[in-house]
Amino acid sequence: MANKALSTLTNGILKENPTFALVLGMCPTLATTGSAINGMSMGLATMVVLICSNVVISLLKNLIPDNVRIPAFIVVIASFVTMVQLLLKAYAPAVDDALGLFIPLIVVNCIVLGRAEAFAAKNNAGLSALDGLGMGLGFTLSLTVIGAVRELLGTGKVFDIAIFSENYGMLIFVLAPGAFIALGYLMAIVNKIQKK
Amino acid sequence: MAKLESSLKNMILSLTCICVVAGGVLAGVYMLTLETINAAAEQKKMDAEAAVLNGQEGVAVMAEEQGFGGLIKVMVGISNEGEILGYEVLDCSQETPGLGSKCVDWFKNAEKAGQNIVGRKATGKFIVSKDATAETDENDRVDAITAATISSRAFLKAINSACAQVNGADCCSGATQMAVPAEEHHCEHACGGECKGDGSCGKCQGACGHHEEGACEHHCEHHCNH
Repeated sequence: MANKALSTLTNGILKENPTFALVLGMCPTLATTGSAINGMSMGLATMVVLICSNVVISLLKNLIPDNVRIPAFIVVIASFVTMVQLLLKAYAPAVDDALGLFIPLIVVNCIVLGRAEAFAAKNNAGLSALDGLGMGLGFTLSLTVIGAVRELLGTGKVFDIAIFSENYGMLIFVLAPGAFIALGYLMAIVNKIQKK
Repeated sequence: MAKLESSLKNMILSLTCICVVAGGVLAGVYMLTLETINAAAEQKKMDAEAAVLNGQEGVAVMAEEQGFGGLIKVMVGISNEGEILGYEVLDCSQETPGLGSKCVDWFKNAEKAGQNIVGRKATGKFIVSKDATAETDENDRVDAITAATISSRAFLKAINSACAQVNGADCCSGATQMAVPAEEHHCEHACGGECKGDGSCGKCQGACGHHEEGACEHHCEHHCNH
């Protein structure tokens, strides 16, 4: 039992990493990774929603008829996202300002709905929570790494600590094309390491 | 317990229950956080007011303008001598991070006089250098954020609008919102209205102070808080 729990948890971090292996949730990945702290905040907010919605959906899985499972899942996910947004607005307004529009977009993040259907609807609450935690951590890790790379190459800073002068930063990494470039290279590197 | 079968009754029941519970919980969380959210917004405004005035005498004015993605809200501190004391961007969340969002610090960079508006005269005519003509005063030329001209133009328009409020252009016509609410102040200026000979002025909401037909020169004593 403990083995299954551990493997569920670590699954989302490396083997089935949502960003580099499952390639899910690309929109927030590309949009919020302009800086390391933004990427990390987005990842953590998504992780909270993932864990909560996985648990609730797992508990309700026998009460939701098959034909209406998608609308039911979406209502649950949207409720948690709204709660996260209200709590952020109240207790961390700086994070809310930085992430802006992308917090409500967590609702349509494929990772959340995907895990709800692939895992939470078929497993018990405990395992579902661990899966949510694992996927969330994997997502947070990948977003933070991409954010750090883009921030370093684009502005010379990481987590707002200047490593080299901003004059040597490449503007492209702050913009959308840089997101694709950084994501592509990191995906190649991660998959190469995994194949060894 | 086996999964509920997908009969019409079950589907309606299940969805309705989930929605009702979700609605109730959300209403609860909303009520719980409402106070804190409003307090945080108020605090942000007050912090901005203190910051823009930098401890000096003057007035803090709010203004907003449509930027690249959405509204940019700024608060400007203008001294009694008509100079910009400082500014705070209250909201530029719809501008591109790393580009338009640089307006938060770009225009108060003390090391780059071309883009720094702090200390300049609050003429209300700031314009990005690339839009400036030969006649534009040196005081009004401002270097835009590199690769973020639209956001820069919007930011300067907001600053100009704030300046216009203080320069009295709008104050007495009731179209402004001062950041220092409910303060009775004297708008001492010839309001440019015509006295109707009955104690009221055609232009300002204030009383004329004289009963002669002609140009009004009087104090507009009223709350600029609407």
